[in-house]
Formats: sequence, C-alpha cells, structure tokens
Amino acid sequence: MAAGGDLEAAARAGVEAAIDAGAGDAEAYAVEEATREVRVHERELESLTAATERGVGVRAWIGGRVGFAYGTDLSAHGLRATATLAAEAASIADEDEHAGPPGAAGPPPTLDGLRDGSVSAWGPDRAADLALAVERAALGGDDRITGVEQAVYADSAERVAIASSTGMDGSYETSSCYAWLQAMAASGDGRETGLGFGMARGPAGLDPEAIGAEAAQRAVSMIGAVKPESRSCPAVLDTTVAASFAGLIGSTLAADSVQRGRSPFAGKLGEEVASDALELHDDALDPDGLASSPFDGEGVPCGRRALIEGRRLRTYLHDSYTARRDGVESTGNAGRAGYRSQPSVSASNLVVGTGGRDLAGLFEQAAEGVYVTDVAGLHSGVNPVTGTFSVGASGTLIRGGEQAEPVREFTIAGDLVSLLGAVVATGSRRRWVPFGGSVSTPPVLVGEITVGGS
Amino acid sequence: MTAEGSGFPELIPADLAARVVARALRSGGEFAEVYAERRSGLSLSIDESRVEGVQGGGEEGAGVRVVSDGITHFAHVDGLGPEDLERAATEAAAAVRGGRSKSRPLRAQQVRPEPIRVPPGDVPATEKAELLRAVDERGRAQGGEVVQLSAGYSEARREVTVANSDGLYSGDDRTRVRLGVQAVARREDRVETGFETLGAHRGFELLQDDPGLIAEQAAGKALTLLDASPAPAGSMPVVVGGGFGGVLFHEMTGHGLEADHVQKDASVYAGRLGERVAEPLLNAFDDGRLTGEWGTDAIDDEGTLRQKTQVIEEGRLTSYLYDRLRAGRDDVASTGNGRRESFRHLPIPRMTNTYIAPGDAEPEELIAEVKQGFYAKSFAGGQVEPATGDFVFGVSEGYLIEDGRVTTSCRGATLIGNCIDALAAIDGVADDFEMKTGFCGKGGQRVPVGTGQGHVRIRRLTVGGTAV
Repeated sequence: MAAGGDLEAAARAGVEAAIDAGAGDAEAYAVEEATREVRVHERELESLTAATERGVGVRAWIGGRVGFAYGTDLSAHGLRATATLAAEAASIADEDEHAGPPGAAGPPPTLDGLRDGSVSAWGPDRAADLALAVERAALGGDDRITGVEQAVYADSAERVAIASSTGMDGSYETSSCYAWLQAMAASGDGRETGLGFGMARGPAGLDPEAIGAEAAQRAVSMIGAVKPESRSCPAVLDTTVAASFAGLIGSTLAADSVQRGRSPFAGKLGEEVASDALELHDDALDPDGLASSPFDGEGVPCGRRALIEGRRLRTYLHDSYTARRDGVESTGNAGRAGYRSQPSVSASNLVVGTGGRDLAGLFEQAAEGVYVTDVAGLHSGVNPVTGTFSVGASGTLIRGGEQAEPVREFTIAGDLVSLLGAVVATGSRRRWVPFGGSVSTPPVLVGEITVGGS
Repeated sequence: MTAEGSGFPELIPADLAARVVARALRSGGEFAEVYAERRSGLSLSIDESRVEGVQGGGEEGAGVRVVSDGITHFAHVDGLGPEDLERAATEAAAAVRGGRSKSRPLRAQQVRPEPIRVPPGDVPATEKAELLRAVDERGRAQGGEVVQLSAGYSEARREVTVANSDGLYSGDDRTRVRLGVQAVARREDRVETGFETLGAHRGFELLQDDPGLIAEQAAGKALTLLDASPAPAGSMPVVVGGGFGGVLFHEMTGHGLEADHVQKDASVYAGRLGERVAEPLLNAFDDGRLTGEWGTDAIDDEGTLRQKTQVIEEGRLTSYLYDRLRAGRDDVASTGNGRRESFRHLPIPRMTNTYIAPGDAEPEELIAEVKQGFYAKSFAGGQVEPATGDFVFGVSEGYLIEDGRVTTSCRGATLIGNCIDALAAIDGVADDFEMKTGFCGKGGQRVPVGTGQGHVRIRRLTVGGTAV
C-alpha cells in the first residue's frame, strides 16, 4: 500500500475538483485495499488470488440536488473527470430540501484494534496451510464425511479516507479475515452438507480445527433427515439463523425505509415491539465486530446505541439525510459498500443481548419443537416492506426438552414484528456471525413459529 | 478502438497482450490469460416522485491468471496501462515455480457483438429522468391504494478484450439496459408490494415502446395482494407461470449442471449424463446467443464463442455446462459458460439464458386438470444447494387452484423441495413461452441471466405458507 497521506490528499483533491466543477458542496470517500483469497480442494491448492485496488467516490451537491460518481484513477486528471461526472449527475436530480452534506461533527472516537499485523505478515504459503488445515480437520472429523466441496481462506487490509467541503477530514485502517468450508456427508442415496466458518481481524485469530470440526459436525448431524409435519410450535434458532433474522430486523429499522413507508416498524418508535427477553444494539465501536469504524461512510462519528431495549423501539438508524428529515441527530449509520456506491443507511455491528440459559437449557424450555440450524432463500422469501417471511429451513426436532432426529425440506413462516414479540429467551453465549451483516448473537428461543412440511 | 475486421474492442493491443501473457508464463504454467475490461454506466431512480440517486462513473482494469499443475494463480489490477498489466502478470506468476513456458502467437477471433441500435450514452440523461417520471405517474394512476412507487433505471457498458497462451485474441462490447419498478399498496393496516422488471442486452431502444407497462404490472400485483389470503402449507400439485417461472428450472437443475459442482461430486446430477431425469415431454437449453436477451453475449469471459447447449433432451440429461478449466478436465470443449462478474473475479461455469422449451399443452389445460392445488404465477427468486438438491423459492404472486380454476390470491408462499423429485414430477409444459431477466449469485459473483418457460405443472410439491 502507498503511504496513507496520498489517499487523504486524493480525497481532498476530489472535493476541490468537484467544487471547481460547479458543486456548492462536495465529499470524497477514498479506499485502498489489498485482498487475498486461497481455495483448496482434496488436500491441494486450487486457486490463489491476490489483488490491490484503490478508488474514490465523490458526492456533489448543487443546492438541494445531489449526484454521485466513482472512479479508479486518482491522478489529478482522473479525479477531475470523476468530480465532473458527480456534478453533472447532481444537475439531473430533483431538488430535495433535506439533501446536503453532514454538518461539522466532533472528532471521531479513537478506536484501537481494527488492524491486525498478521494479515500482512502471513505469506501466501502460510495462508494456504491454514486453508488446508481447515479442510483436514473436516475430513478427519468423522468417518461419514465423504468430501469437502471447497475450503476457503480470504483476507483484506483496507485504508479509508474521507474529506468534505464542510470540514470532514479523517482516515482509518482495518483488516479482516474469514475461513469457511462446506463439508459433505453420505446420507442414504443422497448427501448432507454442513458449513463451518470463522472470522477475525487476522489469520492468527482463526482456529482451523474448530472451523473444520464445525462443518463436519453440521453435515453429520443431518444424516437421515426427514421432512417434518406441518404445524405451529416453538423453535430454537441457532446463532447463524438468529443472525440472519437480526440482520433483517436491522435493515427494516433503517430510517430511509421507515420515512418512505417501506418498513413494518414505521410509526412504532418508542412503542413496545418486543418481548422483554430481547435486546438489540447497534455497536460500531466493538473491536471484535468486523463492521466497526471510528466514523461512518460520510464522516459522522460512530457509536453504540440501543435499538430495542425494555420491550421498546428506542431509535431508528439514521444517516445525515434521514436525521435532517426527522429533525434528529445522525446515529452514524451511513454505510458504504465501498467507494463504488453511495452511502445508504445500514446497521454496523448488531448485537443481540444474552440471557441466562445455555443451549441445552433452551431445548428444555422449548420442550417440543424444532431447532433450526440453517435457512435458505432469505433474499426471495422475506418481504422487508411488510415484514412477512417464509424461508426454507433445516435442523433437528426438539422432543421432551432434548435435541432429537434431523429434519429438512421445511419452511418457517411468520412476520418480523410478531417474531420480536415471540422471543421467549436468548442463550447465554454470543457468537460473531457474518450473516445478516456483522452480527453477534446467542441462540434464540421463539415461542411459536409456523413450520410447513408434509 | 476496434481492430481491422475483428469486430471487437482492443482495450489492449495484440502485441502488448502477447507480452503480458509471456510474462505471466515466465515461471512456468500450462495456461495463461489476460482479461481486460472497461466498465461505464449510469443509474438513477425515482422515489416519492423525486428523481434521485443519480450515479455515473466507470473503471477499467485487468485480471491475469496462470494455471500451473492444475492450480490457478490470479491477480487483478485497476488500470490498463502497460505497467498495470505487467504488475498483474508478475503478481499472478509470483508463486509459480518452474521454467519458462511458451505461448502460441495471438490470432484475432471473428466476433460479432450484439447490435445496439440506440447507444444509451447518446441519449441525454434528462430524457432518462423524464422516463422515470412517466413511469412513476403511470404506476400511481393504477389506484389510490398505490401509496409508494419507486423505479430504477440503469445502463451499463462492458468492453472486453481477452488473450491467452493458446493464441486466442478476442473481445466483446456489451450494453445492457434495465428498468425495475416496485409499488407499495396499502388498505388500512394491510401493506403489499409488487415488483416488475424489463431488461435486455440492447440499447435505449428497449424503452421506446411502452416502458410504463411494467409500472402498471407492478402496481397491479401489489393491489391484487391486498385481497390475498394467507398461503396454504402442505404438499399439492403446483402450476408454475411462464417467463420468470423459469427460475425454477434455473435453480432446481441449472446449477447442478455447472461443471465445477459436478466435478467435485457436489451435485446431485454428477455421474448421471444420459440418464432419464424427467418425463420425455421435457426439453431444456442454455443458450448464450438468444438475440438481445439479458443473459446473451457474443463470447463468454474466456473468449469462447457463446453457443446453444441442450441440457435435457426428451427427459434425458445430455450435457453439463463448462468453462475452459473444467472442460479440459473432462476432455470436452467448453460450452461457452465461463463467466465472471468483472475483471476482479475468476471465471467459473455459469448459466446464460436457461429455459424449458415450449411444450404442446395450453396453460388453461394444465390448470383445468388440477382439483386442489397452487398456482405460482411469479417468483421473487430462489436458491438451491447443488450438493443436496434442496431448493426454495419465494412466490411473489400466487393463487389457489380449486376444481380446475384459479381462485383466491395468496401471499407469503414459498415452494420447497428436492430437485431430483421435483424435476421428475413435471407432467405438463405449455406453449406460451416467454423469457425474463434476473441476476444470479454464485461464489460471491453476480451475473445477468435470462430464465424462461411456458406454464409448467409439477405433480406434487411442498408449499410453505402461514395457514397450517
């Protein structure tokens, strides 16, 4: 990576170029990233990818009109071209009285621990060894494991800089890495699959044995699965499933959806929306959360906020636009998918509160029901506007307060608002899960859910 | 610029491409390739009757891969300058150990990119804003219960040049235009949504007929759902609508035919070529050349000319879908299905336009023969796990079938099943064939795909609704 100062200078130059191109206000968000990915299969390296990229996204405001453009050329000439496109884009947009850059904000919090040196220190051979160790752990985990479709290690080290005509000027560095695999187990004429994963700031923080063993355990636990009968019953959602649902709820709490009448939580601010067993926070400052950062995608300082606490909906997630429209302060939730996209309201790290029982305790409390360990079809089976959902699921039955035989090929259905009210208890241990964004959650016991099977 | 007679954009001239390929092979390897791309586009949306989210921009870059002893080494860079390309080649070759390998001299391939009648870049952006305003008005005019409408317009151009150590030098020039509309309808506390899209591998001419029609359709779907009852849960005969109903075949079978899954024995169709997998009435294709279709290109992203591949012939499995790497392993030719999202991704076997060929039945006939069942007219999307064959689909527009007639509208339905059983249970295919556009995600890569079919009936499938 080039010296950090270059990136900050490029951001500042992008702002100046946009003003020169006719913008009244401007903002530039520059990113420089080094990424790497290793894939292994059958104890051999399958592919090795290494890449660097850098680019800038410029927002330009002309009165109440806003436009955006991005580019990968950070030379003076390239920045001018991108800034001019952004100003041109603004001239096409309609006037919006609430549009404008965020006002001057206080200094962002200091946040240590976002960058782990092991990402850069580990060479490709060592990264490959880690992926191989993950695969080996799954293959050796159980005799019934027939193969691993793919084991993957991926990491990235990123530097972000932002500048604006209203005085934003900051930068930070982060790193992250993931390892995951899909193990296959023979099951009668067919097969079952199981996912294992781990995530950390750097490869030194990953446990290849645990990741491989999880995939093997998940695949083997599904052997002989049958379709359950249709009914209404309690369900324990494992951490991956609970995280997916927490992510969906986080997205429906984004103020832009609420303001535009496209959220089931519209008009519910301050009201009782959940059972007292459920607490949900948005926390951008936990160094273990891979979505943490000192400031958001438009330079506003990040924080930690209760979304649902004491049964009530405490706040929506805001960026500067939605905050201005509601007459409140931005919550620092302007998310960016990279320099190629405009900021949009999104959760940072979602944290579901823990309860008093371990997983066995939740089974006991559920007595009869299903333990859902995987859901599929979330992008097509959930309506974020109405909150209704019906998704594919697999897992095991719960009988007599204990985990019983595996079940698959069923659906769970309901709506997100009722789901919050139906939470009976949460488990005592949280886990970070890369589903639904970045989520830390314990398993969750829901009192009643519709199971569609035979 | 375009090479004399070759018909494709030369983002990198042949002599430079040859040098980059040679550099990529300097530490050995049985294959090397450089893939260069320039992407540009414009998107804008309308929401609350206000044009917003106007976004322009572009980027160019290249990906270089070297295959050595079966291991793929890949590096990508932003920029198409000689120094950028050489850096990518050096990085890709960094972990390859061996003596220098040779490549064949490059020969320009004859390529005919899809013709674009009205390049979107030639149309003023203000005209696109006007189009969105007209779409917005049309959708809202469908009734006072339409309380929200949002629509998005996007145009994208991808110019591609690819060269490899087998002597291939090729390229493509692709322009896609798409319009999507979401309507929200409300009646007291009931809120429902409807979504419709129109897209093609074509220019702005796509939107010169009647773009407002999809706003009308989206609003119509949302309004219909206001009267909907909770969907049933249980196993029953299902009739699937034409057009985007083809996503069923895409998920159920198409993914399992992609050779990467097959070769890892992670597909339920592995080892079943030539076997009977469906009733003899079923014929299905992947066709990457259908003129103007959303999943169409002149070449795939490895330079192989696109082709039409029959995957199911009278109920028998006839072909998998290959890219170069997997075709080499099976000692067959690539079927032109090596695709990538951008120069930042490795090509993998992907579908293009996948469809069930039209049958002899009338759609009404398929429905009339069902006593008690479900009519899944359109889907929000779906997902499959190729290794197990388990799939799930979200139904965006569904109805009950009672005594051979389509009756009550249903909301919140999901179809779930296993592809081996469900494909074998297709007992009727209608002649009202239609293609629709979609995006397909796999391995973190999103590519445009076409799906199609006429009405199709499945003897028995699980419907997952909220009414038990």
